[in-house]
Amino acid sequence: MEENNNILDNIAESEYKYGFVSNIEQELAPKGLNEDVIRFISAKKNEPSFLLEWRLRAFRHWQKMKEPNWAKVKYPPIDYQDIHYYAAPKNFNKYKSLDEVDPEILRTYEKLGIPLEEQKRLAGVAVDAVLDSVSVATTFKEKLNELGIIFCPISEAVHTHPELVEKYLGSVVPYTDNYFAALNSAVFSDGSFVYVPKGVRCPMELSTYFRINASSTGQFERTLIIADEGSYVSYLEGCTAPMRDENQLHAAVVELIAHKNAEIKYSTVQNWYPGDKEGKGGIYNFVTKRGLCEGENSKISWTQVETGSAITWKYPSCVLKGDNSVGEFYSVALTNNFQQADTGTKMIHLGKNTKSRIVSKGISAGRSDNSYRGLVKISKKADGARNFSQCDSLLLGDKCGAHTFPYIEVANQTAIVEHEATTSKISEDIIFYLNQRGISTEDAVALIVHGYAKEVLNNLPMEFAVEAKKLLSVSLEGSVG
Amino acid sequence: MALLSIKNLKAKINETEILHGINLEINPGETHAIMGPNGSGKSTLASVLAGKPGYEVTDGEVLFNGKNLLEMPPEVRAREGMFLAFQYPVEIPGVSNTNLIKSAVNEIRKYRNLEPLDAFDFISMIKEKAAMVEIEQSFLNRSVNEGFSGGEKKRNEVFQMAMLDPVLAVLDETDSGLDIDALRIVANGVNKLRRNDNAFLVITHYQRLLNYIVPDYVHVLYKGRIVKSGGKELALELEEKGYDWIKD
Repeated sequence: MEENNNILDNIAESEYKYGFVSNIEQELAPKGLNEDVIRFISAKKNEPSFLLEWRLRAFRHWQKMKEPNWAKVKYPPIDYQDIHYYAAPKNFNKYKSLDEVDPEILRTYEKLGIPLEEQKRLAGVAVDAVLDSVSVATTFKEKLNELGIIFCPISEAVHTHPELVEKYLGSVVPYTDNYFAALNSAVFSDGSFVYVPKGVRCPMELSTYFRINASSTGQFERTLIIADEGSYVSYLEGCTAPMRDENQLHAAVVELIAHKNAEIKYSTVQNWYPGDKEGKGGIYNFVTKRGLCEGENSKISWTQVETGSAITWKYPSCVLKGDNSVGEFYSVALTNNFQQADTGTKMIHLGKNTKSRIVSKGISAGRSDNSYRGLVKISKKADGARNFSQCDSLLLGDKCGAHTFPYIEVANQTAIVEHEATTSKISEDIIFYLNQRGISTEDAVALIVHGYAKEVLNNLPMEFAVEAKKLLSVSLEGSVG
Repeated sequence: MALLSIKNLKAKINETEILHGINLEINPGETHAIMGPNGSGKSTLASVLAGKPGYEVTDGEVLFNGKNLLEMPPEVRAREGMFLAFQYPVEIPGVSNTNLIKSAVNEIRKYRNLEPLDAFDFISMIKEKAAMVEIEQSFLNRSVNEGFSGGEKKRNEVFQMAMLDPVLAVLDETDSGLDIDALRIVANGVNKLRRNDNAFLVITHYQRLLNYIVPDYVHVLYKGRIVKSGGKELALELEEKGYDWIKD
């Protein structure tokens, strides 16, 4: 999504005209990572000293860490010194007209039902229509301002609301958390910042689509969402259109904080380039997402539809600290060809009467490997905690794999933890049965997959759900028969 | 013109020829029964007509409504009006009966350049057809055949048949595994669908079903060939004498 917004961003930025751009001339940091590069990034963004110090501490910590290898994914070693950690936002207008765009990409857009003007924007064709989007986004922003909701790039929030950033950044995912979180903390480029004040119910879905004045943030994205007491916000991340990026390594961090009686709903559709049919190329997506149910009766709900990336390493989690707080995780992870996904969640029950619900639906096709990895932890003081987990796997063909790794740690006798799991296979017999009822193989697979993923898709905002459904079908094209 | 015309049909699976030259003509308004001992090729014939993968036609021709059936993929055969009631209906977790039948009805309507059925018409149609095979409404919200008893699965096949209103319905051992009550329900359902513009091909091992679905013609399939044809009385003769006298 971020890449898509570049046209929009460029126009928007030309108005804001980099209020705080330093006079450093270079547009690209040299390859490799050291303290100078971090100082360079921070200086480029004219960051306050607390942030630079934090980045440096993260970097020093990262240097002492080892890349994790416990996930069920395989990839060649990453040379962290062979990566540019800063590049100025580039102009995305690569083409003059749609005729120049790869017809395969256009065909996918069509299948997803993306309107023509939108297709141009996504593919990077210069269009005037983007101006309309800017005006829509501006109206949108005014409405949020009236309610006191802050929704802006985190690089902007650092300047406009440094006290909030300093207070909350790293409070849920400290840089010591894991290797990729440390790396992200040291070098993060940009991302979203959301603050919803006390008692405010955000009247619209916040999505990166409307986040103007954001630069290219795909690689090391950092998102921070704070819902103050009694507030509500629903945030959408991602995009169903296939996203390409020259950067193979992605390591994002998302932190959510829900105060007393607040609710955050975070929905993701991830469709990064998965590599070709032979498994070449594709994005490595190492993401740390965690929400803190800080106050009583707070609720955080993660919904994700993951179809992209060559490798997905991602466990959106909830720390249920407030009494009676609720954590939810609804996931559909689809892998095809040579994709590998190791994804799941962690539900950490700290408060009394905390509840969590996990619904994970894995779909494997081609030669892909799909693993669910989840932890349910009930701490000593979490009286009356409850968890329900449902982990289902669906296999298409006989060359793919599905794996489930549930970890359950219970330190309180009053807890109730339930775990259900199923594995099913779309057999040739099922496809033939549906064919015999007049349904084509492609539609038959879609029918089965939609039925299977229904419980998760129903949790997405409606328009997003419709797109996600189409995305699942398109991603499975040609995987059967 | 015959609705279905099979000429010298030969088919094999895994390099073994099962059908050695079948000839059969079915006209609108007719019900044909195919009987025969186990392993004679009855289910293979049904599978080949429906276009099941794995079967290879090596010779012969099948015209359905004057069109070359064998060139059509299975879904097109279905849209042209061919229905197979499966001997072993599969279970499809996560897909409700209603959802399946709605997709099927609308795919077939689309093929015939008709608008999708509106929700109201669809529901009243479902109610009517479900009552015909004594299926309860709650049954329709369950996943296709998941946890259904043998009788429920077969009733579901006839329910789908009623919804799709085929021109030619092939019933592959629909009576197998049914008790007498279920058999009567299934047969009544089929009988209500018989008209002079459609036809049925009933494949069965036992004569019992044919007491309820009375055929116009009976054919005996043995070792991949139709060795004897006659009227409904042939079924009774087979019941009485067994298949041995045919074999000689």
